[in-house]
Amino acid sequence: MELVAIFVSAILINNFVLYYFLGICPFLGVSKKIESAFSMGLAVTFVMSITAVVSWAINNWILIPYELDYLEIVSFILVIASLVQLVEMFIRKISPPLYQALGIYLPLITTNCAIMGLALLASLNEYNFVETVIFGVGSGLGFTLAIILMAGIREQLDLAEIPEPLKGAGIALIVAGIMALAFSGFIGMIT
Amino acid sequence: MDILVPVITMTALGFLFSIGLVLAYRKLRVEEDPKIEEVMEMLPQANCGACGYSGCRAFAEAVVQGKVEPSGCTVGGESVANDIAAALGVQAGEIIKKVARVHCRGTKEAAKDRGFYVGISTCSASHLVGGNKQCSYGCLGFGDCVRVCTFDAMHMNNEGLPVVSEEKCTACGKCVDACPRNILDLCHLSQNILVFCRSLDRGPTARKVCKNACISCGICARASPEAIVMEDNLAIIKDYKKIAPEHIPLIEKCPTDAIGRLSKDDEG
Repeated sequence: MELVAIFVSAILINNFVLYYFLGICPFLGVSKKIESAFSMGLAVTFVMSITAVVSWAINNWILIPYELDYLEIVSFILVIASLVQLVEMFIRKISPPLYQALGIYLPLITTNCAIMGLALLASLNEYNFVETVIFGVGSGLGFTLAIILMAGIREQLDLAEIPEPLKGAGIALIVAGIMALAFSGFIGMIT
Repeated sequence: MDILVPVITMTALGFLFSIGLVLAYRKLRVEEDPKIEEVMEMLPQANCGACGYSGCRAFAEAVVQGKVEPSGCTVGGESVANDIAAALGVQAGEIIKKVARVHCRGTKEAAKDRGFYVGISTCSASHLVGGNKQCSYGCLGFGDCVRVCTFDAMHMNNEGLPVVSEEKCTACGKCVDACPRNILDLCHLSQNILVFCRSLDRGPTARKVCKNACISCGICARASPEAIVMEDNLAIIKDYKKIAPEHIPLIEKCPTDAIGRLSKDDEG
């Protein structure tokens, strides 16, 4: 039951984008088309899941036993950067068009605070291994959900009549705000 | 001695991950045509998008794949196109040197202000509220085009109009997009007769708001009927190559100087 709570909470209630406001950069940058938004979501989910696992291992097997927890952030950065490199190579090999579509936002997952936030939150909440995995996958899926919803809305927005000064980033930020408001309705679902 | 523990830990971690990445790289390496890199180095690296691709890299890929001729890069011009053509062993393609031209002579003196504008000093802002000039087609004079030019090819002259330097202009088209009133256009460098007005107002109105406006009298269109037509109260040059040399003195009789040769003032 505890695991289900963590999973649902990571997707809906404590959604990284819409609750913590982390990872806004790719959320706005790659949410113009549903396909590329979906791929971005998958890439982030992959990096988040693996980061959660590896950072848990480093944290519990190396940092805590040797009392090096002040190295937490540095070592997590190392994990994230390597994983993003790996994902980048993989996507470039598998699908060059997708590599083009994700563009600069793919290497930017490295500096995506949502990933770092995930690793730090997992260690802050003192999750055990299984909980960390569930938390990582759930958070990634939550990001994917948010970015796909956003892309769906923005595809429709292209056809809408938007006042001149609000076109582009302006309306996107307003939409993100309204989405966050809607998602705040989930607070209190799990007590 | 305590410092050794974190140092060794981080070094070991870093080493571990780099081994992982090296192994992954061996498996996932993408073989890329070395010519792309070669062409890339020859390009101006302006990433301006004038070629129609999203940047110099995308253009280099297209050239190597033979989708576009080396002359597609207007910024690099002839020398770059020839270099690329020689490196790849293809035809450079025909290069038509283009340059941005200002189609307005509404100087501070000629085109009257509509009032005293104190808003944000950009053309786009002024255009939103109808513009600071009485003429609703002419240059607003805040220099949005000058600001977007990445090649330092434009400046505002003392009379409040933008001036394009033929030498520096690479015909990237950024200024054309930046102008809210569509006063700028890319023209062939050899085109020597231009219409310096975009006003669609009828003659009397046009003359009232600007001394140098086209008043659609039709003198030029009668002088060179094959090349110039009157459309919506404005003279339009359909095909400048059809303007015969003997037509030019007749065209230059334009009472408001709205059509004619480029003068010294119009050049950088």
